[in-house]
Amino acid sequence: MQALLDALMVLLTFTNLRLLGLSRLNASIRTVAAQGVLLGLVALAAHAGHWSGRILLIAAVGIAVKGVAFPLLLFRALRAAKIRREVEPFVGYIPSVLAGVAAFLISLWVAARLPLPGRPASDLIVPTALSTMLVGLLVIVSRKKALSQAIGYLVFENGIYIFGVGVAYEAPALVEMGILLDVFVAVFVMGIIVFHISREFDSIDTTRLATLKE
Amino acid sequence: MNPLGLFAVAGSVLLAPLFLGVVNRTKAAFAGRAGQPLFQLYFDLAKAARKGAVYSRTATWVFRLAPLGSLAAALTALLLLPQGGFPAVLSFPGDFVALIFVLATARFLMVIASLDVGSSFEGMGASREVAFSALAEPVLLLCLAVAAREAGRGSLSGIIGSVTGGDWQRTGPALVLVAASLLAILLAENARIPVDDPNTHLELTMIHEVMILDHGGPDLALLLYGAALKLWILGALLTGLLLPGRTGSPLLDGLIFLAGMLVLAVVIGVIESTIARLRLHRVPQFLVGAGAFAVMALALIMR
Repeated sequence: MQALLDALMVLLTFTNLRLLGLSRLNASIRTVAAQGVLLGLVALAAHAGHWSGRILLIAAVGIAVKGVAFPLLLFRALRAAKIRREVEPFVGYIPSVLAGVAAFLISLWVAARLPLPGRPASDLIVPTALSTMLVGLLVIVSRKKALSQAIGYLVFENGIYIFGVGVAYEAPALVEMGILLDVFVAVFVMGIIVFHISREFDSIDTTRLATLKE
Repeated sequence: MNPLGLFAVAGSVLLAPLFLGVVNRTKAAFAGRAGQPLFQLYFDLAKAARKGAVYSRTATWVFRLAPLGSLAAALTALLLLPQGGFPAVLSFPGDFVALIFVLATARFLMVIASLDVGSSFEGMGASREVAFSALAEPVLLLCLAVAAREAGRGSLSGIIGSVTGGDWQRTGPALVLVAASLLAILLAENARIPVDDPNTHLELTMIHEVMILDHGGPDLALLLYGAALKLWILGALLTGLLLPGRTGSPLLDGLIFLAGMLVLAVVIGVIESTIARLRLHRVPQFLVGAGAFAVMALALIMR
């Protein structure tokens, strides 16, 4: 199981890097969808051998919401906004990828020093969770399109999810479901906002929002 | 010196063009064509070797040196490389750096030859080749450094074939990252899709093909053969690093190794059939991505 979990972590890291290097938004959304499915598998693999109803529920809801529902919502927003790609992000694609690697190295360093209540199922879970969060933050601050920022927010939440299923065994399912609901609402609202911004400004470039102030 | 390794060298010398044949047949199968014969490159080489060479008036001895020199470099690299159950003919600590150096020498000779011929077109190809290999080479070195660290040895004979099933359990993620990185470098260094298309003769897109445009006859044969050997060498490096376990019998190991190479050729064919060539300014990004994998693998190993 350890090997499978490690492989999933490598795949998650791969999706993170891919996300940082992509400019086309539909490819980004597909990458996030793949990440969502991987997360559900992580939840299953981390608790292999003692699957409870709670774990199965978390994994199933994770795959359904993060792997299917969010991408569909984002695709709908993408169609409404009529854009194809992120143009001229604040941080370019190659520096973003390098920053992603730096985030991974920092996460490895931090994870080795982080006191945890129990031993996680795999040594890679904590570094991957931390680096996924950092990559999410990076996407939020470095991209201009509202849709990219929503994707960054999702990736950030994915990091928390990995941390949750990998380390915090005792967290009540209700809390996890609550977080998931929050994110669901957030992405839903963002989809609507993206649509409205694009209708108002003919673009979903958030830097143009500054023109609101007279 | 290990004379047993000469068998492996002889095998590579004979089979390297066949490797390209398998790649081409895989691509043909994907496109629904019958494809060229498996041994097409052998026929091409024989045809080119029978012809005479034409030299430009601006070309000097540098131009004539390059095909021989790059082939000699590729053969030298083969001497350093253990394959299957056969040991390397020459083995010393740090020989993986020598391998990279020898391959770089071959590239250097080709680049100065393409500048020597005095065509601005070839100069452009040379500049592209150098620009991309400047990014690819450190990544290759990094990959081998990870493998050396993993094996705890400083020579290719220790590094290649030392991976066991246990290593896959323990450091699987790092090995997967190194493999992905090495595969990307293999595609870039050998001018395969998605970096360069070996079939195009369209001036805006090609890299490697530009540099050999003015070579003809036996020179072209040497260059084509050298390119096939280089693909074989990097492929053997990748296969050797990944295949776990040793049975002890060189013959059986050799067969396992050849099966691995066959799989690799099919994988390359599938990649070339399913992926489009990258735009030229996206290539550095591709190589930086490969470098990112190698750095992460190093971090995982050193942890």
